[in-house]
This record gives sequence, structure tokens and C-alpha cells, in this order.
Amino acid sequence: MSVTEAAVELPPAGEPPRRRTPWVVAAGWAAARNGWRQLTSMRTALMLLFLLAVAAIPGSVLPQRSVKVEDVQRFYAANPNLAPVLDRLWGFEVYASPWFAAIYLLLFTSLVGCITPRLRDHARALRTAPPDAPKVLERLPKSALLATPVDEAAAKAVLRGWRTVRREHADGTITLAAEKGYLKEAGNLLFHSSLLVILVGVGLGSLWGWHAGRLIVAGPEQVFCNTVQQYDDFGLGPRVTAGDLPDFCLELTDFRAEYRADGMPISFAADVTASDSAHGDLGRHTFAVNHPLRLDGANVYLLGHGYAPVLRYTDAAGVTQETVAPFPFTDPTLTSEGVAAFPDANGSDKTKQMAFSGTYLPTKDGPPYLRSDHPEERNPALMLVAYRGDLGLDAGIPSSVYDLDQRQLDAGRLKKYGEAKLMRIGETWTLEDGSKLQFTGTRQWITVSIRHDPGEPIVLTGAILLLVGLPLSLYGKRRRVWLRLRPDGTAEAGGLPRTEYPGFEDEFRSLVERWQR
Amino acid sequence: MAELSDGLLVVTLLSYLAAMLLHAGEYAFGDRGRIANAATAAAVPAKELVGAGAPVVTPAPHGYAAPTVTAPDDAAPGASRSRAAWLGPAAVGATILGVAAHVITVVSRGIAAERLPFGNMYEFVLSITALGGVIWLGTLYFQRQVRHLGLFVMLFEVLLVGVAGMILYTPVGPLVPALDSYWFGIHIGAVITSSSLFMVAGAASIMYLVRTGWDDGKRGFLYAFGGRLANAEAVERLSFRLHAFAFPIWTFGVTAGAIWAEVAWGRYWGWDPKEVWAFISWVVYAGYLHARATPSIKRSTAAWIAVIGFLTMMMNLFGVNIFFTGLHSYGGV
Repeated sequence: MSVTEAAVELPPAGEPPRRRTPWVVAAGWAAARNGWRQLTSMRTALMLLFLLAVAAIPGSVLPQRSVKVEDVQRFYAANPNLAPVLDRLWGFEVYASPWFAAIYLLLFTSLVGCITPRLRDHARALRTAPPDAPKVLERLPKSALLATPVDEAAAKAVLRGWRTVRREHADGTITLAAEKGYLKEAGNLLFHSSLLVILVGVGLGSLWGWHAGRLIVAGPEQVFCNTVQQYDDFGLGPRVTAGDLPDFCLELTDFRAEYRADGMPISFAADVTASDSAHGDLGRHTFAVNHPLRLDGANVYLLGHGYAPVLRYTDAAGVTQETVAPFPFTDPTLTSEGVAAFPDANGSDKTKQMAFSGTYLPTKDGPPYLRSDHPEERNPALMLVAYRGDLGLDAGIPSSVYDLDQRQLDAGRLKKYGEAKLMRIGETWTLEDGSKLQFTGTRQWITVSIRHDPGEPIVLTGAILLLVGLPLSLYGKRRRVWLRLRPDGTAEAGGLPRTEYPGFEDEFRSLVERWQR
Repeated sequence: MAELSDGLLVVTLLSYLAAMLLHAGEYAFGDRGRIANAATAAAVPAKELVGAGAPVVTPAPHGYAAPTVTAPDDAAPGASRSRAAWLGPAAVGATILGVAAHVITVVSRGIAAERLPFGNMYEFVLSITALGGVIWLGTLYFQRQVRHLGLFVMLFEVLLVGVAGMILYTPVGPLVPALDSYWFGIHIGAVITSSSLFMVAGAASIMYLVRTGWDDGKRGFLYAFGGRLANAEAVERLSFRLHAFAFPIWTFGVTAGAIWAEVAWGRYWGWDPKEVWAFISWVVYAGYLHARATPSIKRSTAAWIAVIGFLTMMMNLFGVNIFFTGLHSYGGV
């Protein structure tokens, strides 16, 4: 993307054609060269930039799998005819789509094609001294005849900070040629090169990076260990295998949340104890929103939190089971909905499995007890409905642990059992068949994201280089000045701004004034 | 403090409205500025270049000041000069009053909330427009001849401050934990600074397009103003300089956002709708700077790209918060 339109390169003159190339090869070569010239032209680069901007739009309009896969499923449900068509066009994976890649790869090719010759030219310019003064300085955009004789040493002192070359001619004339602002082109090249660094970093990150999500309930028996089997969801880069994941375990020991009176959150913090097989106990750590837990080879981020009611069910035969059922929240005051399932209730009879579905209110409101008044547990209550029947857990079809299986409900294999019940902590509910459910309390749960991206340092380096190069490129001014001192004592000066520089007139005038002093 | 902030918002809006109307009055009845006057006077002898009669205006490469500029069809400029000369300075006076009230609105809001006033969309828009007002006054201080641009800047101010006050208003409150980070000031501060620069720069690009459109013979809505706009070249240069100033700050703001995103969400870039549109704006403004630096591309083409850039900024500010849900939805709308 050369800033000035490609300078026409003249073919080397006077070289006689030694051998006739076959016309197919010649035509192909010409077409390739033309194509390359087209691709690296500014106009093409601008078109590609514009295309890139337009191509990014659908990714903000359509739900993206990489952002939130549930939204894509919801879109599928709402638009059953349109969704498969969009999916085939990579509508839900815009930024991983071949057409998006085609645009940015062409753009980067154009960029490389533009900056490579400019890198070479700039390296040459840095090694080459500013050229001698033109014969007629008046033809330059700025020129001046100096009124007073100029002392050479003083003139040179004025040009401090300029790259100055002194030339002495046969007739005794001395010229000073000075140039300044090399950093403009250097910054420009740095800016464009740093985009390549960022691209490399992004590429490395997508190949060798991975991420996973997990809900962790407080308590020693709920320890989470970093293996694929324990993730709720995950995505590994193509070059990552399950064996590459760093081994560590986390136990949530405490979660602290502070709220204002109106329920607006003030702060969240999670306390965990970490351990790994190499070192054993890694000690206690606290992490919070905006303060991730940085472990060797992975970072852990706090995303959300909620409550998990602890329920103890004793079936009619007197067998007791306990479950800690994390309830996802549905609103900012942490009204939470979920299911506690007891698949082993009532022996091996699959038609007598038990489940309790309902709503947990950390701060109970008035009847009909639908919404929590505050996210803190100020007046906790659990509204439950009992279900009996086949929970459908053995069907092999994956189902949510936070909902009852709708197919089983629709088929009548799982039925509501008795009336709904509002329970306080410590209360016991005796059902029709004499079985008992005790609400013993709640535990906190957190959702975390576990991530590793080895491309990050490279991307950050690229971004810093870009931020260094950008102002140099935008605010730098390349210009040349010449001073000719004749043996008869007369002197003249000329100036040439090589980039747009409205202030050059003032700078040149000030130079001339200082020369005349 | 909160009451002071809310009360002064009304003063701000009314002052901007007054400034806009006074600028509009200057367009309709004023002397079009000393330079414009000289330009129209010089245009009457048809062969003389307008630039020759207006020493401050440098000759335009696209010939915006070509001899086709017609002589005024209403009263002679000299006659209206005395009657309406107060309109321009009055508009600037109203602007100064508005900006002063605006800055106090934002500062007192910050004092009331005991934090930087960037916490929700209301404060965000209010900060951008306040800084935009300051930047406009600063510009005016150094370049008096672009005063006509005030109409467009004040139009943006009235629209944005009006929307902020009437639709986005949110009572003073603390930050949600997600925003409680030192990156809050850095990221949002940079975004606000660059957005306000882009706003004034965008107004300048629009004014330039109105003028070049007029010169190309367009007489439709908005272009009708074109004949009364002077110093299009100076405005275009101003637009470029503001864009060139804003772009690195915008880049820094996006980069700081990416670093913060890594700290908060675990990834530096995740194509959240806000990120998508920040990327789009970055690409479009990069396109503008390239187009502006390429001699073979017309200045008006570059100006159109700048206007598209500003539209993408507005889309990011309003469209993304209203139509899409993402990680950047905090406090109000």
C-alpha cells in the first residue's frame, strides 16, 4: 500500500533480447506482473480495506459460535429455514470463514507487496547522503538569497539535528545539503510491519491456544481438576491435545460478594486453594473480576456466581441421598432456577426416580414467590415442585442438568408429584409416599473461564510497535534544505518539503533568519 | 452536585441550540465572513480566480473556488454586513457559554459519583460532547476563519446532548464490578478523546463535502448551503489534522481495551459486537488516512470515507447498545 502511487520503473534500456520466450510464458508472466501491480496498488488496497469493514458487519448482526453458541441454537430454533443457509455461508463463523480470510489475506499480501520495496528503498535512503544542491535553487518550492555573508561553521550549527553533507566544488563553492524526517517513513514501515506481527500472533494463538468453561461449587468434594472430562465446554486449538493441558486442581473455599442496598453489585471475590501433581499444594489464592488467577500455563477468570441448594432426600425405604444442585440465576437479584435429581431413589425402579424442580430466592419476596428481592441471602427460600418417574438419564441423549427432560414430561413418563412447596433452610418436606426432602442449606458456585493463548505476547509486541510507528508516520515530516556558499561571499538557500507539510514555510524562514544572523 | 449537573445540562443544551440558530442566522443573513465576502466580490468579474481576492485561501487543487461561483442573488453583501455582523460572534459566545456549562455538568457529575464520569452511556455521550466542545473552541481560537463550521459542530452537539439528556439519562450511581479497574480510565478516556476529535473532524468533512457538492452543481437539501461556505480548503486540512490526531488515540483506546479484555474476560479479542464495530471504524479511518495521503484520490472521496467512519462510530455508540447484546452493555440502554 504505497502512499505515493507506484513510481513507474523504466525497463533497463539497451539490453538486446537474447532469446525469444514462448508467447504463452510471456503472456502469463505479463498477466502475473500486471496482477501483482494491481494488487499492490493503493486503489486495490483501499477496496480491500472497505471490503474488510463490510465483511465484518454480519458478525455483529448474526450470533457467532465463537461468542455464544447458545445464541446460535436459539437463532436456529427461531429461523429453521434461514439458519442452515446462513450456516453454509459461514454466517455463524464469520471471522473464521474462508471469504473473510480471503479478504484479509489479500490485504496482507498487498501490504507485503507494498512495504517490501519500500523497506529496500528506505534502507538505501538511509545509507545514501542527501543529494547535492540543484543548480537553480529558485525552482524549489522555497528559496532565498541571503543578504549577509554566512559563516560556514555557524551555518552548520544551525543545521544541528539534520543529516548534513558538505560538498566542496572545484570553483570554491561550498554546498550544504541537509535532510530531516527519516523517521516518518521508518514509522510508516514499522506500522505496516507490526500488522504482520499481530497476524502471526493471532495465528499462533488460534493454533496453540485453548479455552474451557466450568462451574465450580464450593466444597472439598467439588474440586475441579483441569482435564477435558471435567470441562462444561471447551475449545482446543488444532495443535493442542488433551494431554497438553497443564495439570492443576482448584477447590472453591469461599466466595464473597458485596452489594448495595438496591442490589447493585459492588465487588466479587473468590477464594480457592490450588494444587498440582508436581508441587502438591500451591496455596490459597483470591481472584476476582478484573483480577484473574494466573497459573503456570493457564489463567482462570471469574465470570459469574450463584447459589446451589443442598438437598437431602430420604425415600420411602429409608435410603438417604444428598445432592448439591447449582441453580443458574435468571435475573440480577439472583432469582435462580434449577433441578435437583435423585435418580437412585426408590431402588432400581426407573419409573420411581425423583426430581425436584424449582426456584431459589436468596431474599424471599411476597406471594407468589417468583422473584428474589436482593441477591444476598437475607431471607432465603426454595420453591420446589416434586416429579416422579423416569428422568430419562439413561437414554444416552445429552440433556441439561439444570432442566427436566422435556421429552419425558411430554411422554408422561415423568409426572408432577403432589403440590408445590415453599421451604426455608432446615425445613423438611414429607411427601405423599412418606419420603422426606430436607433443605439443609446452600453453597456458592462460580463459573470460570480457563484459558491459555501463547500468541498474546506476540500480539502485544505488535500492538506496541504499531502504536510507536503510527504517530511517527502521521506526524513526521520529510524535508530537505540546501545552502550554497559562493567564494564571492554571496549565499543562497533552497528548501523542499517531501511530504505534505504546511509548516515548512515557517521552518525554512526561520532557518534562513538564523543563517543570516 | 448531582442537581447542579442536571440543571446545567439544560443550560448546555439551550446554549448549543442558541449557538446553532445564530450560526444558521449567519448563513442566512450574515456577511459570510470577511473572506467569503471577498471571494464573492472577486467572483463578479468572471475571469478572476477567487483565490486571488482572498489572500488567506490557498489555491485549491480541485478548484472549489473556480469562477463558476455565482454572485449573490440577494442584497449586496455590504448592505447586510452591518445589520447581521453580530450573529457570528454571538454564536461563538453562545458556544462558549454552552461549553462552560457542559464541562461543569460533566465535572460535577464526576464529583457526585466520586469517579470518572464515564460509567454509563449517558455519561459517556456527555463526556464525548463536552470534550468535543472544548476541542471546537480550541480549534476556533487558532483558526478563526473556520467559524462557519460551527453550524455543523453545534448540530452534532445539540443532537447528541439532546439524546443523552432525554433518552439516556441515568441517575448518579457507582460502577459495576466489571468496570472497577484502572483500565476503565485509560480505555474509556482514550475512546472518549478520539471520539470527540472524530466528531469535530467529521463535521469538518461534511462541511467540505457540502461545499464541493455545491461546486459540482448540486443544489439539493444541505448542498444549498454550499455557496455560502468559505474556506473549504482550510476546513478540509483541519479535518485531516484532527483525524490524524484522533486515529492513534483511537488505536491506543482499542489496544487498551484489548488488554483490559484479556484481564477481565480472558481474551484480548473476541468479536463482541462493540469490538466488531471498533474494528470496522479503525479500518474505515485507516482507509481515510490512506486515501487522503494518495494524490490520485480526490479529496472529496477521502472526505466521504471520513463521513462513513463517523457513521460507524455512531453505529457503535447507539446501534450496538440498542440492537445487539454483548459484553459491553453496562448501565442503561
